[in-house]
Amino acid sequence: MAISFTINGKAAHVEAAPDTPLLWVVRENLNLTGTKFGCGAGLCGACTVHVDGKAMRSCQTAVSKVAGKKVTTIEGLNGKHALQKAWVEEQVPQCGYCQSGQIMQAAALLATNKKPTHEQIVAHMDGNICRCGTYPRIVRAIQRAAREG
Amino acid sequence: MTIHVKNGSVGTSISRRGFVAGTAGLTFAFTLGGLGRGVAIGETKPTEFNAWVSIAPDDTVTIICPSAEMGQGVYTSLPLILAEELDADWSKVKVEFAPANPKLYGNHHYLFNGAQITAASVSIPGYFTPLRMAGAQARRVLLDAAAAKWKVPVAELTTDKSTIIHKKSGRKMSYGKVASSAKLPATPPKISESDLKKPSQFKLIGRKDLGRLDVPAKSSGKAQYGIDVHVPGMIYASVLQAPMDGAKPKDVNIPEVMKVKGVTKVIPLPFGVAVLSDTFDGARRGVNALKVTWDTSKAVAHGLDSDKAKADYAKKGREPGIPTHVEYQVGDAMGGLKGAKKTVQAGYWSEYTYHAQMEPMNAVAHVAPDGKSCDIWSGTQFGALATLIISGILKTTPDKIRIHNQFLGGGYGRRIWPDALIQAAILSSIVKKPVKMLLTREEDVAAARPRPMTHHAMTAGLDDKGNIVGWHHRLVSENVDAVAAPPRFKATKGKDYIGARGLDQAFYAMPNVLAEYTREIRGMRVHAWRAIGSGYNKFAAEAFLDEVASAAGKDPLALRLELTKDKPRAHAVLKAVAEMSDFHKKRAGHGMGIAFTDYHGSLSAGVAEVSLNEKIGKIKVHNFWLAVDPGLVIQPDHVHGQAESAIAYGLSAALIEEFAVKDGKVQASNFDSYPVLRMHDMPEIHTKIVESGAAPTGMGEIGVITVAPAIANGIAQLTGKRLRHLPMTPERVKAALKA
Repeated sequence: MAISFTINGKAAHVEAAPDTPLLWVVRENLNLTGTKFGCGAGLCGACTVHVDGKAMRSCQTAVSKVAGKKVTTIEGLNGKHALQKAWVEEQVPQCGYCQSGQIMQAAALLATNKKPTHEQIVAHMDGNICRCGTYPRIVRAIQRAAREG
Repeated sequence: MTIHVKNGSVGTSISRRGFVAGTAGLTFAFTLGGLGRGVAIGETKPTEFNAWVSIAPDDTVTIICPSAEMGQGVYTSLPLILAEELDADWSKVKVEFAPANPKLYGNHHYLFNGAQITAASVSIPGYFTPLRMAGAQARRVLLDAAAAKWKVPVAELTTDKSTIIHKKSGRKMSYGKVASSAKLPATPPKISESDLKKPSQFKLIGRKDLGRLDVPAKSSGKAQYGIDVHVPGMIYASVLQAPMDGAKPKDVNIPEVMKVKGVTKVIPLPFGVAVLSDTFDGARRGVNALKVTWDTSKAVAHGLDSDKAKADYAKKGREPGIPTHVEYQVGDAMGGLKGAKKTVQAGYWSEYTYHAQMEPMNAVAHVAPDGKSCDIWSGTQFGALATLIISGILKTTPDKIRIHNQFLGGGYGRRIWPDALIQAAILSSIVKKPVKMLLTREEDVAAARPRPMTHHAMTAGLDDKGNIVGWHHRLVSENVDAVAAPPRFKATKGKDYIGARGLDQAFYAMPNVLAEYTREIRGMRVHAWRAIGSGYNKFAAEAFLDEVASAAGKDPLALRLELTKDKPRAHAVLKAVAEMSDFHKKRAGHGMGIAFTDYHGSLSAGVAEVSLNEKIGKIKVHNFWLAVDPGLVIQPDHVHGQAESAIAYGLSAALIEEFAVKDGKVQASNFDSYPVLRMHDMPEIHTKIVESGAAPTGMGEIGVITVAPAIANGIAQLTGKRLRHLPMTPERVKAALKA
């Protein structure tokens, strides 16, 4: 069935079964591969995108649920988000695979809380696994982005 | 151009195909005989190695990275080593991954002897000298060409940032210009190690401000991993993995699965059952709908129960006269123990652990219509092995299997074995289309190639002054080399290089040591897991050393300083970490534990500050300090980054990670049943580089190793109770507290 929504500010019309996870529509139908598959069960956060500004696990979100909504993926930040600059400044990524999800999760935090405390950052980010253990640098980068905007 | 090494000096000769000038600029290709091992090899039989740099007219310097990038930083550090000697403009360096071609790109570190594999934290030590020679030689060719063009003595020329400078006349020319207009010499100039820069001349190596080249792409979603590759006309596949090696599908509900939306084909194979679809979601749904009974009659792991097996392991730990391999021997351990005034004994354990790399195993394969060649896109630590195996399957030659390496979404040893590449190639050869084979997380866990379950029977003897007069460490486990590196296992007559790492006591002055291992054959797909045997062997040895210190009435730090007094580098990291952590300062309700280790030439000492919620048995690590000496540092910030990463990985293994095996099957399926370290578990991490002036060694794994023993030792200081079983879960902590 045809489903329409906004992806990174542009109109998208896709042909997909309504229960297809948004993750695979984004990756395969829209060729936006920055959003990653990690667990398929909402346990790791690698697939995090924004739906109407809220961080969502795209592997757990049926594409039919985003009809008419605004979806933002890592590509939608255009490399210009304060977090992305901070990620480079703090040299956060190692293997890098989880980092799109980390940045999208963090962006949702900063959108509602301009100066999060350390505890708030950890609580908000705890669902995103980084197997390389870049957690201390993720915290530093979020703090830097909050500071430098 | 071939570089011959004879009696320590290096000579060169040009080969026609090795030195090409074209419109794209110059290409420098080298084969270096025996370099990197310091072994002089005769001209008749050189050990070949090749580094590759090309310079375009627009001054772009393209450097080939022969190793896989999985977060350990080689995509930056290896090209940086070459660029240093080339005196290249770093802002104009581009990096390409090497194809699988060990003849050109093999690692001549003594561990790998020319194999093109990314493992064991030896990319930097193995490629350091060959890359420097390659860079220096390219620079020399450019200098000679400029000198000829300007008709000035080459000695009057200098270089900086890809520019040749003649100070006397004020002339300058960029490398790109020289490369596109130069007349090339028939015989390239000779380079010897004495021509290379002194560390004081380094402009790039050791710089704190140079970021890694892959970081911007990894912060914008643009970095391409194997999972992201798209080949026109490709279809998707996912494979329900055989639950153990040797298990074959018997009954498969094919008609039922064919009814699942999107499924186009179901193919039972010797390694599992593949489901094909035009979308990954279709393949995934098909795999989830599969009902398969397995013929396990030929599977060694059939019937294995990891809990029940422990009784056997424990018995073999103490059984005299059973066959063992001696890994390390000094003096007479048994004699020393016999004459000891006091004997200490303990048994240590570790469970199976899974790599949990964030990118599930995958590969895109495209077998040519004639079935005799294949292109593969995947992130792999050992593409060269894939070419050997797949060429055997397709009945062709390894050079016809072209590996296009991508960024790896985590490796940690898991991507050494090229099972995903093999499965994708087989599927492509069957359906005669390009196939993207991707595992679900559940199947990635089912196909785990774990760190083995291990048992350690430890015995030490003390004389009346508290000196260690005997040390006996017996490891009981499956041999990793037997499964992960069968040719080496055969060639060494059954040595387990991977599993036995860390059994030695080479840095401690102990007069009588016996470290040995006995082999269990249980059929698990045991494999290299970040820090390999050192992860569990040093846990047992370093935690047990604290038990011995306590029996001798010695302070754990003082004892280690005493044992390393003749090993200045080891002594230095211990002193550094003691100072960083203020080790002897009392912290109310907290314990402090220390451990020391080496790994493939790098040295480290770690200290953990811990507390314990005795009611629920939960350990909290408040601070972890690591002092590390990896020799010459190429990228200082990333040395700290690797240390941080390894500490996190080590913490996860120390406190959380394990899976049991029942009836040969992995008893976990995703991050709910196999939890790993999350942000809230992180302590404050403090890392320090201890400079020794030594040659560069690796940083990928050394930081993992001291974490578990330092935590166990910290808990022992706090409670007087010893934790001897990894991971140190609340249940095990509570049991130890009761003991």
